Amino acid sequence: MAATDPEDSLDSWSIRTIVATMFPILIALSILEMGSGYVLEELEETYLANPTLLVLVPVMIGMGGNLGAILSSRLSTRLHLGLLEFDPRDEVLWTNVIAIMGLAITIFSALGLIAWVVGQTIAAPMALADLMLISVVSGMLLAAIATVLSIAATYISYTQGLDPDDTTIPVVTNVCDILGVVVLSVVAIVVLN
Amino acid sequence: MEARQEAWRIYRESLPILAVSLAGGIFAGSVLGSEGMTDGFERFPGLLLLLPAFLATRGNVYGAMGARISSGLHQGMIDPSFSWDRRLVNAVVASFINGIGISVFIAVLSWGILHLLGRESARLVELVGIMLVSGVLTSVTLIFGLLALVFASYEYGLDPDNLIGPIVTTLGDIFGVVFLFVAITVVGGIF
Repeated sequence: MAATDPEDSLDSWSIRTIVATMFPILIALSILEMGSGYVLEELEETYLANPTLLVLVPVMIGMGGNLGAILSSRLSTRLHLGLLEFDPRDEVLWTNVIAIMGLAITIFSALGLIAWVVGQTIAAPMALADLMLISVVSGMLLAAIATVLSIAATYISYTQGLDPDDTTIPVVTNVCDILGVVVLSVVAIVVLN
Repeated sequence: MEARQEAWRIYRESLPILAVSLAGGIFAGSVLGSEGMTDGFERFPGLLLLLPAFLATRGNVYGAMGARISSGLHQGMIDPSFSWDRRLVNAVVASFINGIGISVFIAVLSWGILHLLGRESARLVELVGIMLVSGVLTSVTLIFGLLALVFASYEYGLDPDNLIGPIVTTLGDIFGVVFLFVAITVVGGIF
């Protein structure tokens, strides 16, 4: 865009425009996030009785989105370059999925172990086996959700003629943000009972 | 096999940034699991309800600001320094309004939801006070911290686009939770 008119180019940088564009999106996201908060509030007793579970919460909220963002941006770049086909036998697709699953198992095993160490020092300790099981099972479920979402969102934006760079990453990260706490809570309840 | 080497390369390239994000998340989680924080959750019902929204909106507000500043730099519309440039000032003020405004909205929303459900809730003024204090502190820290990092990386010839996402989530987790702790302590002391 050749922004020669200074008033015109300033317009998209006006406070009013930025707030009017962002604020409705933020309100919608906050309302959706309340679903995730409701699960935390419902399970307040479990979380407050096992504060080590709270150590897992920020990583569970953020990491699915991180994995999805890496996969989405890689898929959309390969798509732009014509190196990717949406075929279940496509090698590029599987190579990327395997790398993401490898990253997930490393990160969530480390999370379980470090959270156990933290729990020994700051909070009421939990059994190492329980924590590892909760962290790895919910982490791998989240990674699987992030993978399916990334592939589906990239495919849909591609067929709709949208640029996946603008659409997939915000969708994937926000959906994973919301599902992180839900998946963690369900797995924790199953393991602890 | 070639695919195997390729998968291994993606793994090695992505692991360091995820490890940094993991460290930030575990630090934030340790603050959440600490006794002062769990006491706060018990004392102010509604804080657990608003926690995911509070943490998640950080990434959206400041990620969007970072992306805007980065495009502005690439297009030569703004200079990589702190100055009274109209565009820079507007972007910063708008982020303050978005960040602080949404924090207050989240507090009112949680209070409303708990009342509609007939559940126990902290007083509206307490929840709004906590969100206002933590919203203001995180906004100031994240906006100026992010600008400094984006300008510095641009000056060093790094593309800020590749750094903003992970920087925002990591700083957002750490400062969001620390300032939430500060806000609970301050508001707990007043009321």
